[in-house]
Order: sequence, then C-alpha cells, then structure tokens
Amino acid sequence: MENIRLIEVREEILSDNRDVAREIRETLRRKGVFLLNLMSSPGAGKTSLLIRTLRALRDAFRIAVIEGDIDSMVDAEKAAAEGVPAVQIRTGSACHLDAPMVEKALGELDLDRTDLVLMENVGNLVCPAEFDTGDTRKAMILSVPEGDDKPLKYPLMFSICHAVVVNKTDCFPMFDFDLDVFRERVRKLNPGAEIFPLSCKTGEGMDRWIAWLEKAIAESRSR
Amino acid sequence: MHELAVTEGILAVVLRHAAAGGASRVVTVRLRIGGLSDLSEEWLARYFAWLGRGTVAEGARIEVERTPVVFRCGPCDRTFDVDLRTAGDFPCPFCGGKDVSLVSGREFFVREIEVV
Repeated sequence: MENIRLIEVREEILSDNRDVAREIRETLRRKGVFLLNLMSSPGAGKTSLLIRTLRALRDAFRIAVIEGDIDSMVDAEKAAAEGVPAVQIRTGSACHLDAPMVEKALGELDLDRTDLVLMENVGNLVCPAEFDTGDTRKAMILSVPEGDDKPLKYPLMFSICHAVVVNKTDCFPMFDFDLDVFRERVRKLNPGAEIFPLSCKTGEGMDRWIAWLEKAIAESRSR
Repeated sequence: MHELAVTEGILAVVLRHAAAGGASRVVTVRLRIGGLSDLSEEWLARYFAWLGRGTVAEGARIEVERTPVVFRCGPCDRTFDVDLRTAGDFPCPFCGGKDVSLVSGREFFVREIEVV
C-alpha cells in the first residue's frame, strides 16, 4: 500500500501569469507609460471607442495601440491608419490576452517614446477577466443593446474594472435598458467603478470618459 | 472557454509543488474556485487528463471546491451567499436593505495536492 501524503499548496492558479503581469506593471511605472486594458463582448464598440479616444488625446500624449484578436489584422490596420504605432496580437485559439503576450507586444513598441498604450483585448466578457495583463487600468464597454442584466451574468468582469463604459446611448429609445438599475447592479459588485454612458457614434458623453482617463494618467505618473 | 490556459496554469503549479515535495505521483489535486468564475469543471478535468500525460500528474483526480459569492449588507453588516445567475436583484435577506456589496467569490487557487 502506497502512502498518500498531503502537500499544502495554497498558490494562485495563474501565478505564472500574475508574476509576468507584475513585471510589466513595474516596467511601465518606471518608464511612465500608462496601459489601458479595454474589454467588452464582440461588437460593443472597443475599436470605435479606441479610435475616438486616440483622436481626443493624441495632441496631449504619445499614443500606441495594441490590438488583440483571434486571427485578423483588421483592427490594427484601423489604428495604424490613424498614424500611431500599432501592434497586433493574434491569439490563435486563445480567447483572451495574457501577460506574456502583452509583454511581447510591448517589446515591439518604443516605450521611451510612448505615454499611453490603448490595448484592445479579445472580444469576450468571460476569459479576459481572469488574466491580469499588467495593465495600469482596466475598462470595459457594455453597449445598450446587450441589456442591463449583464453584471448578473458576467459578474467577474464587472467586479475587476475601474471604469465601465455604456456605449450606444443613442440607442436608448429602442431598448429597455434601465441605466439606474444597471448602476445599482455594478455598484454592488464593484463600488469603486465609475460608469460612463456615452455614444461613440454621436460623441455624447465622451468628454467625461476622456477626463477620467486624463486624470488616471496623471495619477499614475505622480506615484 | 479559457479552461485550456487555466489548466496549463494549474498543472504548472502542481508539478512545481510535486517536484519540491519529492513526489513520484500526484493522486489528487484540490482547487478552490470562487463562484464568480465561469470555469467548467468538466473541461478542466479533460484538459488536465490530456496535458498531464507523461508527467507525475498523469491520471490525477481533480476536485473543485466552489466557494460561494458572498455579499455584505451595509446597514445591518451581515453577510449572505448569492447565486447571481438566478438572483436577479437581491436585497439583504435579513433586513431587506439594498445597500449590499461583494465580499468574496473570486478565489482561484490550488489548495492542496495528494501525492505518493
């Protein structure tokens, strides 16, 4: 009879990823680079928000873009057309960006000449929530047509984000999205999250989002 | 969806601790995963069986302890479990207060392993 021994482990499942994420965060802090991790389901408006944000902040900051996608270059081409450095990460079968992928992508950018990296994660409200990418701030987008019940269905994602953008507010008349109910659901999971209703199409509400991002960048530099 | 990458992470942790403990075989892997995670246990087990082939963890049994999603009521300070997928909008079950906030449910770690 073999003797079975118990080894107490108590270690995080994604400890390797977490360690790389910590290294990335430290490197970015040292170089004064702000990395925004932008997450949402497919079609909520990540690329639209990214382009709008890029245009609003390009005079104030040296911006670069990282695009995560399963297998296309479309989004990076849109960003490159704006005249900023863009790196595409093709994740292949992976449904999320992880820290080693981001570390490699950052290696292709000139971080000494970059202030702000806007990073579009793979479109998905589940997997990206589990993987720390070393980002300075996490933001997610929920679009009005997706419904105000999503914090109940994807609670992990809503619980980790610093900012929650509600995009496509120009569609409010067509949908039963209750913004007050939504705010309450997010607050329960994540009292610190700020909520930004806006429309990438009309530009309504963009100024508050941009002001939040500018403030977050300033705060990260003063630390 | 991301079970493969997560399982790679689990295996890495398990193999490191098994080697440090001088184990010749891992019999059981016990995980503690919070109710906020969407991981499918069935796929975790399948991927582990596949990734673990040829290692000391080949054939190990995966046991997942799901820890509840716990909220605390602001006004009365009591805690309670919630199943978010069926709960809808949930007031505090003790006082009916609506000012409740998340306490735990994001645990995500390898608790212990049984080895020979």
